[in-house]
Amino acid sequence: MHLVYPAVLAVLLFCTGLYGVLARRNAILVLMSVELMLNAVNLNLVAFDVWLRDTLHAGQALTLFTIAIAAAEIGIGLAIVLMVYRNRGTSDVDKLRDTAEGRGDGPGTGPAPAAAAQKAEAAA
Amino acid sequence: MTLAAALAHAPVAATGEQGFLSPTGVEIAFLLVGLATFGAAVVTVTSKQLVHAALWLVVALGGIAVEYLLLTAEFIAWVQVLIYVGSVVVLLLFGLMLTKAPIGRSPDADSGNRWAALAVAVAAAAALVWVVVDAFRTTWIDLDGPAQGSTRVSGEIIFRHWVLPFEALSVLLLAALVGAIVLSRRNAKDPEGKR
Repeated sequence: MHLVYPAVLAVLLFCTGLYGVLARRNAILVLMSVELMLNAVNLNLVAFDVWLRDTLHAGQALTLFTIAIAAAEIGIGLAIVLMVYRNRGTSDVDKLRDTAEGRGDGPGTGPAPAAAAQKAEAAA
Repeated sequence: MTLAAALAHAPVAATGEQGFLSPTGVEIAFLLVGLATFGAAVVTVTSKQLVHAALWLVVALGGIAVEYLLLTAEFIAWVQVLIYVGSVVVLLLFGLMLTKAPIGRSPDADSGNRWAALAVAVAAAAALVWVVVDAFRTTWIDLDGPAQGSTRVSGEIIFRHWVLPFEALSVLLLAALVGAIVLSRRNAKDPEGKR
């Protein structure tokens, strides 16, 4: 098989994930896009491992480790997103502007968080 | 387009016994599954319905598992099916439900900078495809012979050469588990969450 096929597919998947990370607003959709990027890297690792016929099969071992680390990452990431949702009442990354510089009138400052937190408390 | 142009410009002398215009059955299957995978990935990042995006992610990840099978990495393929399709997507769906994601179409799924994001992604894809095609247009993967990623081979390499990283990984998974539990516990001062 031509090596270009898996390499180009991995590039396209990575850039799709890149677009998703930059363009999505919901934090869980951002996590999905990160998964796509990690899978693109895994495809590259497997393809190059099969191409090089590595006796240690470092590419495939690293792919297994990446899959395990991605599973840990998705667990921690979802826990953080759920905590933010419980405290703020939203999982919209555009509205989490507490550490943003410049505009002080962002939706993350002022009385909005208290109301959102109360809403989350009532909903929980 | 870049791929086709680069393939047309490739030197004929370097091809050896493998011809550019006579793709094998594995290549055709890889191409078709790759197109389906890419399409599912695009729908995943553009769909307005959040649950549908998670379900299209299943198609994309399953397609990548099939690509692993075509690359003779069987064990990785089944691990992919078990962990990604089996558990990660279920976790994402639970996350969508717990954050009360809207079921129908949500018009604000994409942020305002999606055109800048599209420009960045297209520029990165063009640059990377150009570089990759230019670098690897005369290399072939030899898929003949015994499978390089069967369960036997994977077990031997992991438990003979990669034991220490494997064990360290189990410690990392334990740390992630404890961290997720600590993060998702309710605060003790919270009157609702007191137990």
